[in-house]
Amino acid sequence: MTVLAKDSRQTIPPTMSTEALIPGRRSKKPRGKGPNQKSAYVFLLPWFIGMLFTIIPFFASLYLSFTDYNLLEAPNWIGLDNFKEMMTDSRLASSLEVTFVYTFVSVPISLMAALAVALVLNQGIRGLPIYRSVFYLPSLLGGSVAIVMLWRYIFGYEGIVNKALAVVGIQGPSWVSDPDFALNTLIVLNVWTFGAPMVIFLAGLRQVPTMYYEAASIDGASAIRKFFSITLPLMSPIIFFNLIMQLIGSFQTFTQGYVMSNGTGGPADSTLFYNLYLYQKGFTEFEMGYASAMAWLLLLIIGVFTAINFVAAKFWVFYDN
Amino acid sequence: MMTTPTLIRNIREKMKSQEQYKEQVTGTPGKRFTRHLVLCIVGVVMLYPLLWMLSSSVKPSADIFSDPGLWPANWDFTNYVQGWTALNQPFHVYIINSMIIVILSIVGNIFSCALAAYAFARMNFTGRKLFFALMLGTLMLPGHVLLVPQYIIFSELGWLNTYLPLIVPNFLATNAFFIFLMVQFMKSLPSELDDAAVIDGCGPFQTFWRVILPLCVPAMATTAIFTFIATWNEFFGPLLYIQSQDLYTVPLALRAFMDSEGQSMWGPMFAMSVVSLAPIIGFFIAGQKYLISGIATTGLK
Repeated sequence: MTVLAKDSRQTIPPTMSTEALIPGRRSKKPRGKGPNQKSAYVFLLPWFIGMLFTIIPFFASLYLSFTDYNLLEAPNWIGLDNFKEMMTDSRLASSLEVTFVYTFVSVPISLMAALAVALVLNQGIRGLPIYRSVFYLPSLLGGSVAIVMLWRYIFGYEGIVNKALAVVGIQGPSWVSDPDFALNTLIVLNVWTFGAPMVIFLAGLRQVPTMYYEAASIDGASAIRKFFSITLPLMSPIIFFNLIMQLIGSFQTFTQGYVMSNGTGGPADSTLFYNLYLYQKGFTEFEMGYASAMAWLLLLIIGVFTAINFVAAKFWVFYDN
Repeated sequence: MMTTPTLIRNIREKMKSQEQYKEQVTGTPGKRFTRHLVLCIVGVVMLYPLLWMLSSSVKPSADIFSDPGLWPANWDFTNYVQGWTALNQPFHVYIINSMIIVILSIVGNIFSCALAAYAFARMNFTGRKLFFALMLGTLMLPGHVLLVPQYIIFSELGWLNTYLPLIVPNFLATNAFFIFLMVQFMKSLPSELDDAAVIDGCGPFQTFWRVILPLCVPAMATTAIFTFIATWNEFFGPLLYIQSQDLYTVPLALRAFMDSEGQSMWGPMFAMSVVSLAPIIGFFIAGQKYLISGIATTGLK
């Protein structure tokens, strides 16, 4: 959150400079307070109403997490019972494990793939727009029901993955119905969508001034040295941004698990993502108090990981102001 | 002092000149060849699943797994005919349902987010920093935290099994990502524009409507395309709020194919999957300039 807020102050699509348009005048902050005050709130009116639909549910769900609400009867205050139950809920534990494994395997792999491909594309290559489009397209489709269903067939017993393996003499398992492999197929699916962070990396690489590389070349730096001493430090804020967004996104995975298992989270809970279990608890078993408590645990987990990242960022993210 | 229309024209020209970007090709021929080879292999592997689905959709069901080639040995378009009528309703009903939600969501997002973004980007008022921080906070908030109370509110309003829970929030600027995108864009427009508009006699609403908004077409296009893709793909919201089969959206309808699983349904299912992905790919090809610049600016700030 802070990183966004901080950066937004120095905001500037670097590509547009207003000075070039109007010679002799520098942009200064206009907009004195006063006559515009009231109309500003009018502009914000829809947003204010929308915020009510955010803030009220935010606190209502905190309250409901301490109750046994089930949609039919009025909620009863049960203190920390939901949270105590969560400690001993083995499905909750396994849903956390599924979500963590998915996140901590697929996010680093897809970020590395994104950076690697962006580096190759940034070297100056003919047909860049075509390559960029091809790599970016899957990230628009990855969350759609059609693609997850397609994945079930690609990784099925008779699917093309096993067909390809058969060529080299390996008989693959039925990936999607084997609890040991089902989650891996979804990790592959998530890595397949590396195009979105790749586009962001590519735009970032464009902004690294070429004079740094020229100076390094004169000093006799190798390509690897240039990568670690110039590219990586200058790209670190963008890597950090991508890391945070990818972590938050993948902690909230739902559709992939739901479609892969037709809503069950199977086989043997191996695709029971946290949000899928939350949905089952809240909207098939109608334990809405419990589901609210689960949502707050997720918020806490995401908050802790984001905070850890922000603390760790002090040691590796380089802000060149 | 330049007049407002002249300023607008200058900015338009400047925007246009930035789109023209010539690629510099570097490296020895050998290096260039290796680069292309690696990228082509990665590209083919990534596109293979999509091409396989497209080819399976025009194969007879019996051939889908026995004929692994991408070019069908036997062409058969009956999958499309069967898929169209396989479910409770003909497939165009689901497409129309999805289109209703998509179009209204686009209108809502553009309208409400542009209004909020204008206030944040170009006006000064008490609480601006606080509200802006709050807006960015909602960007990171996991949606499931609000899920149960929002469901209760919508059910109290009698909105269950209607499209209202899927559409109305878009008119209330609840999508902070788009506000942020437009704020970024509006801040890049010179402040002299507002001054010129004021001198020409515009109030804040006229400045917004006649000066700023027409210049924000690229940001609005980005918003429209992102909204289209996100809403067209959206699965969780409709799953939660829509029960009647005749109100199903395309993703819900596709999922219903899984209930009637069996070898004979694979072909029709792939055919309808192709139908469901075609608009996304079409919009992507038509608007990729806006998509890529949009995603790049939000990441860079």
